[in-house]
Amino acid sequence: MRRDQEELSWRVGGPQGSGIDRVATLLGRACMAAGLHVFTRREYHSNIIGRHSYLDLQIGTQPVGCHREFPQVLVSFEAEALCRHLEAVVDDGVVVYGAQDETTELNSLQFLDARLKDHLQRSLAEAQLPATAAGLLQRAEQRGVKLFPIALTELIEQLGTDSEVGRRRAARAINTVAVAASAALTGLPQDALLRSVRTVFKTDVPTVALNENAVRCAYEHVAQRYGSVTARPWLQGRTVDAETICLNGSQSVALGKLAGGLGMQTYYPISPATDESSYLEAQDDDERGAPLVVQVEDELAAITMACGAALTGARAATATSGPGFCLMSEGLGWAGMNEVPVVISLYQRGGPSTGMPTRTEQGDLLFAIHAGHGEFPRLVIASGDIQDCFYDAMQAFDYAERYQLPVVHLLDKALASSSQTLARFPYRDRRIDRGARMEYLGPDSAAPQRFALTESGMSPRPLVGQAHAQHWMSGAEHGSDGRVSEDPEVREQMMDKRAHKLDQAAREIPLAEKLSIHGDDAAALTVLTWGSSKGAVLAATRRLNEEGIAVRAIVLRLLWPFPATELNALLSDVERLVVVECNHSGQFNLLLTQCTGRGADHSLVKYNGRPIGSDSLYLALKGVYAGGAAPRLVLSNDYD
Amino acid sequence: MTERTNDPGLSAKAFRAENANDWCAGCGDFGILRAIERALARLALSPDQVAVFGGIGCSGKTPYYLKTFGIHTLHGRVLPFATGAKLADPGLTVIAVGGDGDGLSIGAGHFVNSGRRNVDLTYILFDNGVYGLTKGQASPTLRYGEQTKAMAGPSTLAALNAVALALAAGYTWIGRGYAYDVAQLTDLTEQAIKHPGLALLVVLQPCPTYNQLHDKDWYAGKDLASATSRLYSLQAEGYDPVIDFGADEAFIEQKMAGCLRKSQEWGERIPTGVFWRNLAQPRLLEDIVARQPSYATSPPARRPIADERGQPLANLGKCFAELSVGDD
Repeated sequence: MRRDQEELSWRVGGPQGSGIDRVATLLGRACMAAGLHVFTRREYHSNIIGRHSYLDLQIGTQPVGCHREFPQVLVSFEAEALCRHLEAVVDDGVVVYGAQDETTELNSLQFLDARLKDHLQRSLAEAQLPATAAGLLQRAEQRGVKLFPIALTELIEQLGTDSEVGRRRAARAINTVAVAASAALTGLPQDALLRSVRTVFKTDVPTVALNENAVRCAYEHVAQRYGSVTARPWLQGRTVDAETICLNGSQSVALGKLAGGLGMQTYYPISPATDESSYLEAQDDDERGAPLVVQVEDELAAITMACGAALTGARAATATSGPGFCLMSEGLGWAGMNEVPVVISLYQRGGPSTGMPTRTEQGDLLFAIHAGHGEFPRLVIASGDIQDCFYDAMQAFDYAERYQLPVVHLLDKALASSSQTLARFPYRDRRIDRGARMEYLGPDSAAPQRFALTESGMSPRPLVGQAHAQHWMSGAEHGSDGRVSEDPEVREQMMDKRAHKLDQAAREIPLAEKLSIHGDDAAALTVLTWGSSKGAVLAATRRLNEEGIAVRAIVLRLLWPFPATELNALLSDVERLVVVECNHSGQFNLLLTQCTGRGADHSLVKYNGRPIGSDSLYLALKGVYAGGAAPRLVLSNDYD
Repeated sequence: MTERTNDPGLSAKAFRAENANDWCAGCGDFGILRAIERALARLALSPDQVAVFGGIGCSGKTPYYLKTFGIHTLHGRVLPFATGAKLADPGLTVIAVGGDGDGLSIGAGHFVNSGRRNVDLTYILFDNGVYGLTKGQASPTLRYGEQTKAMAGPSTLAALNAVALALAAGYTWIGRGYAYDVAQLTDLTEQAIKHPGLALLVVLQPCPTYNQLHDKDWYAGKDLASATSRLYSLQAEGYDPVIDFGADEAFIEQKMAGCLRKSQEWGERIPTGVFWRNLAQPRLLEDIVARQPSYATSPPARRPIADERGQPLANLGKCFAELSVGDD
């Protein structure tokens, strides 16, 4: 009961292109205006219009950082959404749907996956229910789910007449009608939603009017049909003020890059990385200058053009996903060989090959660490949540310039497309570190040695274009003057020099930048994770801790150089170690075993393209705690 | 090229780095190197205003023999590297050099798409018909049926025409020279650098070690009945490559047809000189300034990002306001 007063999970499903994002913003904003925290998660197909897509909206009186697999409220404006999500709704949950979908036969849904269709038809037959949406609804009702059919077709008709725009135009507001009906049923004040409509559609007067009417129409309909019935108690929030921001991971990375002084970003369009570059591209110019964003012909050009810019002293970056990063391997090697500070934001998606372009995975960890032929240093960091995205993107440039190497910033689709309410980032007290630079040289100075041997491994960096600082560089092995050399001793010196920078990074980077610890070491279970699984791990461990099961979570940020020394110390007394990550082979666990000799007692993996939610992880960890769990556990989604 | 003239007294020698040179004796690369040195001196640039990017292959080593900034990049990627530096620091004079395999085979995607960007840089394509450094395989400009000495049989692939391809891709200056005619090549290099957009200078170049078909004597036409050089100058024959700013579509189309015809000439008469000089095409650097006025004074390379204490200068206030949950 207590949880119900603190959090509410809402799922909205409909066809792609029907404005799911728009209603999410409407509803999210209304919740935020009511003082509530919001976390949203988007799922969609690699498709422009028509395929099923949905959104999870987790609302809380306190900050929320993860979705739940089992929603309390389901809003549907297509029959397919009912098929995919009804079974996930909690027993005391609420379903708000278009009454016209009841008669839809499962067989008529061409995009419903055969496996799911089969399963649903079989279980309906067993329960002697019709193989229609109505059958599914009936079955849900039997286990306690409350149904609220809404006469969407009639409401759209009426909205078209009332707004004098006709049925076709009114149909575009079907999403608003459905969501407003669910809002009315859960007691969200109508005013909050109306205000939200005005904020979201701004100066588009006809759209504001249509959507305002849609909201009123839905609230009236609910009042007439259901009277004062409230499906769920509304949450009492007051912790979100107008200063709070709501942003997704792509935006957060972009802002972090801006704060870090990004000068130039290159990109080739690829899901799910493009949104970040588009956001940067849309920045207004000011006296200090918006970054130059360049869309290029392919990822070979993206990384090499960013390198070219970095040589001149610009803070340069590129953003891509796995397939693009494959093409970047050769450029990454050049950056390693020439000690170029360049940042690659790598938004992982389901692989290999084209894989699942719009679904998430943490499948590129080992690739990020090993990409490229030969041996060269690179730093790999991973962000765990939307706030981390900001600071990590900002600091990635500092690492890149301090250690003069490429930095791979691991992100993924889940982070990119989830959004969250957060306090504004106080970034101004951060210090920017530009690394060792070659001082001003006079006209008679000796030619600078770009790769001069030093104790730290880092050579003061002359820039291309710096006065009197002409120097050479080469992707071929070179001497300290940057010219090709195949002298065996020079080769050893240069390999040592480059490798040494990574040792230096491992020594210098403070513990707090390598990992974060949540909970104390007396815990019965230690859960180790990295990247976007952080949200689920923290939410699930909090739930377990509330139940008296002490669980400690450790979230890795620096993945390479691997913080082996620190983990050895932290894990020395751990009895039961669980590693949680979204890939098939348990890549982090493999890395941990390789670097520390200690591996997980239980490797929890998920690789179906959907992020880990707090419900399933909570249950899995509870199982591990109870004992007898297998060493490898796979988290799944039956319906999606 | 940016008008940032220095003391005009520098000689070609001021651009020459006295590093040991490992090109084969008689290699056409030497002529190209001399032409670059002389053109830079004539333009009164100083070595620290110039960055030379090299691809991979014999030609890719050119930067080592120059006292400018010299960056030896990756096979096929010289154009994006060079473009990145130019975009970040438009004050630099940027020259990219590479072989015909580098530019037209492994780097073909960049060759074509650079034409779409029309960034102010000079691309010198060393065209000798073979991959020299890997010992003489056919490169993309070797014609169908030709067989150089390292090949097991005649080439079964057709040749790419760099001039025609550049024309189609949108290069705004296209010229062709001959590695052993350093006087003409110097003049062409100078024009290419001065051109305010993307310039392609193709240099016909014997490879004395692997290409026995197109050697000095062949270019000199010694096998012809007339025994006169195959090479002739377009400009000496009155060909006008210029399309002025504001030229209309019909005029450009007619000019393109003429240029394309010239690009197809080969065999007994091979044109050199300037094929194409299009001043009507938009230029990326100017479009960037139009969209982001700050770029003119504060390009990425020269932008202050932190104050003297190292604190960031970025102002995210507007972004935060747009993302704030409060009503606007």
